Amino acid sequence: MAIVKRSIKGMTKLSTKHLLGIKYLTPTDIDLIFKTADNFKEVINRPIKKVPSLRDTTIANLFFENSTRTRISFELAQKRLSADVINFSASSSSVKKGETLIDTVNNILAMKVDMIVMRHPNPGAAVFLSKHIDASILNAGDGAHEHPTQALLDAYSIREKLGNVKGKNILIAGDILHSRVALSNIFCLQKLGANVMVSGPPTLLPMHIDKLGVKVETDLRKALEWCDVANMLRIQLERQDVRYIPSLREYSMLYGLNKDLLDSLKKKIIVMHPGPINRGVEITSDVADSKQSIILEQVENGVAIRMAVLYLLAGRSED
Amino acid sequence: MKPKVILDSSNFEITINRLCHQLIENHNNFSESALIGLQPRGIFLANRIQKTLFQILKSKNIKCGNLDITFYRDDFRKKELIPNRTQIDFIVEDKKVILIDDVLFTGRTIRAGLDAMLAFGRPKSVELMVLVDRRYSRHLPIQPDYVGKTIDSIASQKVKVEWKEIEGKDTVWLLSNDQ
Repeated sequence: MAIVKRSIKGMTKLSTKHLLGIKYLTPTDIDLIFKTADNFKEVINRPIKKVPSLRDTTIANLFFENSTRTRISFELAQKRLSADVINFSASSSSVKKGETLIDTVNNILAMKVDMIVMRHPNPGAAVFLSKHIDASILNAGDGAHEHPTQALLDAYSIREKLGNVKGKNILIAGDILHSRVALSNIFCLQKLGANVMVSGPPTLLPMHIDKLGVKVETDLRKALEWCDVANMLRIQLERQDVRYIPSLREYSMLYGLNKDLLDSLKKKIIVMHPGPINRGVEITSDVADSKQSIILEQVENGVAIRMAVLYLLAGRSED
Repeated sequence: MKPKVILDSSNFEITINRLCHQLIENHNNFSESALIGLQPRGIFLANRIQKTLFQILKSKNIKCGNLDITFYRDDFRKKELIPNRTQIDFIVEDKKVILIDDVLFTGRTIRAGLDAMLAFGRPKSVELMVLVDRRYSRHLPIQPDYVGKTIDSIASQKVKVEWKEIEGKDTVWLLSNDQ
């Protein structure tokens, strides 16, 4: 190969060794992840969906909280990059015997693991861990704080559908209070130049959320008329320890998206959902399965985005 | 050392024409064959060969794809490795494939290219075409089947291929390291 500088605009490496949250990424980082994901999307549509890039890397998936989609998506991404993968779930481990997080992780690292993908119920767990250990850490969701790969794949799906994220009106609707997806999405979309609005019942909107520079609207119809894309978040039934809403039926009537409401809007908006869906609560089945919904595209893009992040972080590990 | 021209634009064209005729000797009408250019710079040679074959054979039925080998490299982590687009719109299975790159140096790119290509099927045979072969500098037992120009150079030198489509003129340069 000729030694000619490749003409690539911007950076060719991430500015960070970990992916702890969208907060810590620059817009150039996000752009680099998207461009790399374009290539991995092509790879996962090949007859042989596997490349050998990370064959020398061992990755531990530490899930201290339940997950289906994120965990499978990460595991697939790792396997398609030829990494060795070990899985760990808190329910079947020594965590139950009282081992601390740092001890657990250090023990795993002592077995020569290079990267950690972690989901944890406590906000800030990934940041905390990154201060105490050397390996690259990918946050796969920490409490109600951040879920960076979900935000990246959401923004990537919008970019794929609309060509660009900049200047678009994006609505995030539903349970904003308990949602790590909401916070990461707000950071990510704003860094890419989108206008963001949040909507939901006042009890499920955090106080002072407008300080993040987002519009707030409690009337779902008004919010939907404003937006190009509506990301309908799941109502977190497991976190309804206080009665935030009178009933699911009332929530669905006032804050749920149904086909009549969708069809009555002036323009055809795109409907997204990070999953798992409570069908008939935040969106009805006919909306979730409609042509305007890109829910399954989001899932496909999730693998490409996670491959890109893993690949780029592994490339930084010898810096 | 001053930059030295290895191939100027008139010799460049003659070389491309010769390479095309050599290909025709072995591949007749290309019905069972396919060209694959390696990203990022091999694709220019592949496209030029395809265009010239169109003119010589007066047929548009010559397949040409682009293959990115970034994810198959063995020097991942030592370099900034940002991928380019792979585009192969035909089936590689049972085809006589001609891998095409601009400069053959250590052979590592070609090694990665062979691996990358296998993800698209099992070709009947694989040949290698390069515009410039820097001989005596191989790290791997890889030799080209079609060569535009063979040169002797030392490791600290660079070979730069400029294309009409990108730089405005077809030229191959030999540069010393500081240029």
